[in-house]
Amino acid sequence: MIFGPIGFATPALLLGLLVLPILWLILRAVPPAPIRRRFPAVALLLGLKDDASVTDRTPWWLLLLRMLAVAAVIIGLAGPVLNPQADRQPSSQPLLLVLDGGWAGAQDWTGRAELLDRMLAEAGRDARSVAVLRLSTPEDVSLQSADLWRGRVAGLSPQPWMPTPEMIDRAIAGLPDGSFETHWFTDGLDYDGRDAMLAALEARGTVRVFASGRSPLALLPATYRDGVLRIAVQRAEAGPALDLTVAAHGLDPAGASRILANLPITFDAGDTVAETEASLPAELRARITRFEIEGLRSAGAVALSDDSLSRREVALIAGREDREGLELLSPLHYLRQALAPNADLLTGALRDVLPANPDVIILADVASLSPNEEAELLEWTEQGGLLLRFAGPRLAASEVSRTEEHPLMPVRLRAGGRSVGGAMSWGDPKSLAPFTEDSPFFGLTVPADVTVSAQVMAQPDPTLADRVIAQLTDGTPLVTRKAIGQGQVVLMHVTANAEWSSLPLSGLFVRMLDRLAVSSLGQQTDGAELDGTTWQPVQVLDGLGRVQDAQTMAGVNGAMLLTAALGPELRPGLYDGGDRRIARNTLSADTVMQPADWPGRIPVEGFARAPETPLTGYLLAGALLLLLGDVIASLALSGRLSGAKAAAVLVAALLALPQDSAAQQQAGNDDFAIAATSELRLGHIMTGDRRLDDMALAGLRGLSETLFFRTSVEPAEPMSVNLETDEIGLFPFLYWPITPDQPTPSVEAYEKLNRYLRSGGMILFDTRDADVAGFGTASPNGRKLQQLAEPLDIPALEPLPQDHVLTRTFYLLQDFPGRHNARDVWVEASPADAEQVEGMPFRNLNDGVTPVVIGGNDWAAAWAKDARGNALLPVGRGYAGERQRELAYRFGVNLLMHVLTGNYKSDQVHVPALLDRLGQ
Amino acid sequence: MTYPLTLRARAETEAARFPPLLARAEQLAGTVLLGEHGRRRAGQGDDFWQYRPVQQGDPMRMIDWRRSARSDAQFVREREWQIAQSVMLWVDQAASMRFASDAKVPEKSDRARLLALAVAVLLVRGGERVGLTGTALPPRRGNQQLLRLAEMFALDDAADYGLPESRAMIPQARAMFVSDFLSDFAPVEAALTKAADRGVRGALVQVLDPSEEAFPFQGRTIFQSMGGTLAHETLKAGDLRGRYLERLAARKAALADLCAATGWQYHCHHTHTSAQSALLWIWQSLGRGGGI
Repeated sequence: MIFGPIGFATPALLLGLLVLPILWLILRAVPPAPIRRRFPAVALLLGLKDDASVTDRTPWWLLLLRMLAVAAVIIGLAGPVLNPQADRQPSSQPLLLVLDGGWAGAQDWTGRAELLDRMLAEAGRDARSVAVLRLSTPEDVSLQSADLWRGRVAGLSPQPWMPTPEMIDRAIAGLPDGSFETHWFTDGLDYDGRDAMLAALEARGTVRVFASGRSPLALLPATYRDGVLRIAVQRAEAGPALDLTVAAHGLDPAGASRILANLPITFDAGDTVAETEASLPAELRARITRFEIEGLRSAGAVALSDDSLSRREVALIAGREDREGLELLSPLHYLRQALAPNADLLTGALRDVLPANPDVIILADVASLSPNEEAELLEWTEQGGLLLRFAGPRLAASEVSRTEEHPLMPVRLRAGGRSVGGAMSWGDPKSLAPFTEDSPFFGLTVPADVTVSAQVMAQPDPTLADRVIAQLTDGTPLVTRKAIGQGQVVLMHVTANAEWSSLPLSGLFVRMLDRLAVSSLGQQTDGAELDGTTWQPVQVLDGLGRVQDAQTMAGVNGAMLLTAALGPELRPGLYDGGDRRIARNTLSADTVMQPADWPGRIPVEGFARAPETPLTGYLLAGALLLLLGDVIASLALSGRLSGAKAAAVLVAALLALPQDSAAQQQAGNDDFAIAATSELRLGHIMTGDRRLDDMALAGLRGLSETLFFRTSVEPAEPMSVNLETDEIGLFPFLYWPITPDQPTPSVEAYEKLNRYLRSGGMILFDTRDADVAGFGTASPNGRKLQQLAEPLDIPALEPLPQDHVLTRTFYLLQDFPGRHNARDVWVEASPADAEQVEGMPFRNLNDGVTPVVIGGNDWAAAWAKDARGNALLPVGRGYAGERQRELAYRFGVNLLMHVLTGNYKSDQVHVPALLDRLGQ
Repeated sequence: MTYPLTLRARAETEAARFPPLLARAEQLAGTVLLGEHGRRRAGQGDDFWQYRPVQQGDPMRMIDWRRSARSDAQFVREREWQIAQSVMLWVDQAASMRFASDAKVPEKSDRARLLALAVAVLLVRGGERVGLTGTALPPRRGNQQLLRLAEMFALDDAADYGLPESRAMIPQARAMFVSDFLSDFAPVEAALTKAADRGVRGALVQVLDPSEEAFPFQGRTIFQSMGGTLAHETLKAGDLRGRYLERLAARKAALADLCAATGWQYHCHHTHTSAQSALLWIWQSLGRGGGI
C-alpha cells in the first residue's frame, strides 16, 4: 500500500489509529494524581476551599502530545518505507552482480560501491542469495546470503587493467548452474569478450546494466618532441566541452614529491582527444615522475613518465675533423643521425665539454689526449660517466694501449689491426656472431648484411674474455667493455662511419647504442628491441591510480612489456631494466578507447536512485521523544518540576563545554609560561609512557640539583613539556627519551620543533638502548628515533670529536656515560674547513651550539634522584658504578654549560693571544 | 552524643563573632544573684574597685598588705559589686520544626537551636545565667550549662506543634522564645501574657522556611503536617497561594501586636537567610532590654 512517496509493509496496523479518539476521552476524564507534600504551615490552610469546583484536568496540548506519540508508534509499526521501489517484484531468484572492475570504473567507484551496497541490502530484504563477480579478477561464483557479501563489498577495489578475453572465459566457466538475474555494472568501455559474457548471462536470466553518466577519461603517455612536452587526454565518448587540469608531479630539489606544473587542457565539444603542449626547462622535465588528471581517481588518469622525458646529454668528440672532407665520411655523421632524435648533443673541445657533465662522451678515433685531459676524463668516468670510443686509422696507428693497458681503454691493442675481405686480403668480410646471454646486446637480432672489413685487434689477455660483449663469427672481439669506478669505458673496434664496416648503416647500430644507454629509448621503441631483457617493476599503479611500491613482484619479459595486455602479471607501472627505466602506462599512445554499446533489449540505468528508506525507526524514536516531552510536561503540570530546576537543567544541557575548556587552556598556557620563565628550568618531552616520563623528570631533577650545587647555574624544579599544547621555546634545553610506541608529533608540533632548533634550542635525544647496534635502525628505539627525527631540521651529524667543546665546557671529559656506557654520541658536524692551528690544542671551532645531541646512554636514569636526593636506579657496580654516575652528572653539567654559554670555552683559547695583542 | 557536641561547636563559632553580650539588667536591686555586672559601687565581686583606708571593724585579713607597705597607713582593697541577669530560653522542639523545603536550606529546628545556643554562649561569656523555661534546666552560669543546653536541644518532641512553656518563670528575668508559631495562637498568647505578668521581657523569634513564605506549589496536592495529624487536599494549589499568604501575614501581625502589648520584641527569621542577622537582632533586642 502506497501513499505518495511512502509505502506501508503492514497497512492493516493503521486501523489502530481508530483507537485514538477513545484514548482521548479516557485520558481526558482522568485527572492527574495528587502529590502528597509535608508542609508544616498546613495549619494555616485548614478550611480554605478551592475556588472552582472544576477538576484539574489534563490540558489539551498534553493530550495531543500523548496522542501524537501513540499515533507515531502505530504508524511506525505499520512499516512505512520512503521511496519504495514500486517496480521491484520480490523475487526469490538468485542475483548475480557483475562488475567490470577495471580502471575505467575507478573514477566513480564510490557511486558504484554505494549502488552495489544498496542492491545487496534489497536482496537481503528479499532473502535472495547473491554473488558478486568481478570480471577483472574472475573466480568461481558462489551464491551466498547478501549480508555476507555486504561485509566484503567494502573491501573491493578496481583493478588497474580491463578484463581480457581469457578472464571472460574464466568467468563464464565459473558461472553457477540454474537461472539467475544479473545486474551488470559496466565501466563504460568496450573490451574483447564482452559480447560473449553478455550472451552467457542472458542465457541464464534477465540482465540489467548500470552505467555511470560520465565517460571514462584517460591520460596518454606524455611525449617529448621538438623541445615541447605533449600531453593528451582521451575520452571514450565525445561529449560537451570539458576543462581539465593535468598536474605534473615530481621531486623538488629537496627530494620531496610535489606538483611541478599545472597544465590546463580542454576538450572541445564533440572531440574525444584533447592535447596540450608545455615547454618546461630540461632540469624540471627530467624530474617529472608522473602526470595526473586533477580530481580523477583512476589508473587511467595517471601517466608515469620514464627516461623518455629526460634526454641524455651526449658529447661527440672526433680526433680528425675533416672540414674539407665529404660529410658522409665524417666520423661523427652516423652517430649524429642515430642520436639526434632522442639525445641532446654537445660538440666542442673535450675540456669545454667536461664541465657540462654530460652523461656520455663519445670519442671517435681519438688516439691520445693531453695528460690534463686524460686526468679529467678519467675522473669524470670514475664518477659514473660512460665513455664510448670508436676505433679508426689513428687509433690503429698510435701506440696507445699497446704494451700496457691504457686506463681509458678496455683492452690492449695489437699493432696495426687487421683488414679482411679487401682487395689485398684473402678472406671474406666477417659478420657478427649472435650475442651471448651475458652481453647487454642479448636479444638483438643480427642482420645478415652487417659485415666488418677492418678492425683493431685486442691483445689476448687473461681478462679479455670477460670484457668482450660482442664478437665476430670468427671469435675476434668487436666490442669490449671495462668498468672504471662507477662508470665504464666501451670500445667499438670499428670506426663510427662506414669506412671499416657496414654496422653504422644498419638499424642494429642504433639499438646497440640504446642498449648501452647512450641514447634513451624514444617513442619508436617496439617489443623486438627489448626482447630477451628482463624488467623489474619499481612502482606500480593500483586501480585508483595510487602509486605503490612494487616490492617483490616478479620481473617482466621485455618483449611483453610494451605490447602485452595489462593483467595481474603486468601491471601499469615503472619498470627498471638496469640502465634505463620504462613506464608502462594504462594506455599506450595509439590506444583508442571504445565506449561500450549495449543492445537495445538490455535496459541501461544510471547509478542515481532515491534510496529506499524504512521510516519505522524514525517514527518510533520520535514517539520516544514525544513521551519524554510528556514526562517533563506532566512533572511540570503537577508541580513536581519547579521552573528554576527545569531552567537549570536546560541551561546545563545547552551550555557547551568547549568555551570553558578553551578559556581554561588559555589560563593554563599563561600559568605554564610564567612557571617556565620565572626561573631557568630544564624540560623533557612527554612520551606518553608514564614510567618513562617520571624517570625523565626525576633525572632532570637530579641534574638540576647537581648544577645548583656545583655551578652558578641554579635551575628550578624541571617541567614536563607536552609537544602539542605547550610552548617549547621557553626552555633552553629539552630532554627527549625515545620509546618505540610514543605518538608521532603533529605537523604543528614539528613546526614548533623546527622553529625551536633553528632559534638556538637544544634537544638531547636518548634512545636508552646503549646504542647496541651501532647508530642505526637495528633497534626499535633507533628506528623510532629515525622516524621521529625525519621531519626535523637537523644538520649533518658526526660522532662527538675529541676536541669538541662539550669535552671541556666545565669538566674535562672524554666519555659521556649515562646508565649505559656506549661511546658514540652524535653532535652537529664541525665545518669541513676547521683546521688545527699550530700550537693550539683544539681546532678553531668557534660558532654555533649543536642543536641536537643524540645518544643512547639513558642519561636520565643515571641522573634520577628522588625527592630526598637519593639515586633512584643503580648504575654499574660498586665504586666503578658510582664513578660512572659521577661522570654522567659531569656530562650533564657540561651539556648545560654548552647550552647556556655556547662556545665560550672554545673562545677561551684565544685569551692569551687577545691579551697579548692588547699589550698587557 | 555527637549532635550536641557539634551543635555547641557551631554555636561557639557563631557566637565568636560578637563581643560578649552584656544584657542590661533593669532592676538589679530585686535580684540577689551575683554576676559580673558592675554596680558602680563597692561590694562582692571579682573586679578591683578602689583602695580605702582601714576602718574600725575591718578584719585583719582584709588588709591589702602590698598597698599598705607603700605608705604608713593600712589600706583595704574593695571590689566592685557585681550582679548577673537570668535569661530563659524556649526552643520549639516539635515535629513542625523539622522541616526543610530544600536540601540547601537547614531545617527550622536546626536554625532555631543554633540561634538559641549562640545566644546562650554569648550570655554565658558575658557572665549571665542561662537556662530553659520550665523546670527542666533552671538558669545557671558557666560553660557546663552550655553543654547541658546543647543536650536538651538535642531532644526532639514527638508532638506535631509545640506550645510555649511558661511555667516557673523567674520574675523580672529575660526570656527568648524561638518557634515557627504556626500552632494555635491562644497558648502563645496565654504564655506571653503570663510572662509579662511576672515582669519577664524578651524576644519572640519566628523561624520560617522560605517555602512557607512563598508557597510555590502547583497542581493537585495533599498537604500534610509533619506529624501527619493534619491534612488538607486541594485541586489547584496555585489558587490557594493568595489566601494562604493573607493568613500568614495575619498570623505575623497578631504575633507582633501581642509582643507590642507585652513589651516583647518580635522578629521573623527565614532559614535561607544568614543566622548572623538573626543573632545580631537578638543581641540588640536583649541588650536593649525589651525596647520599652
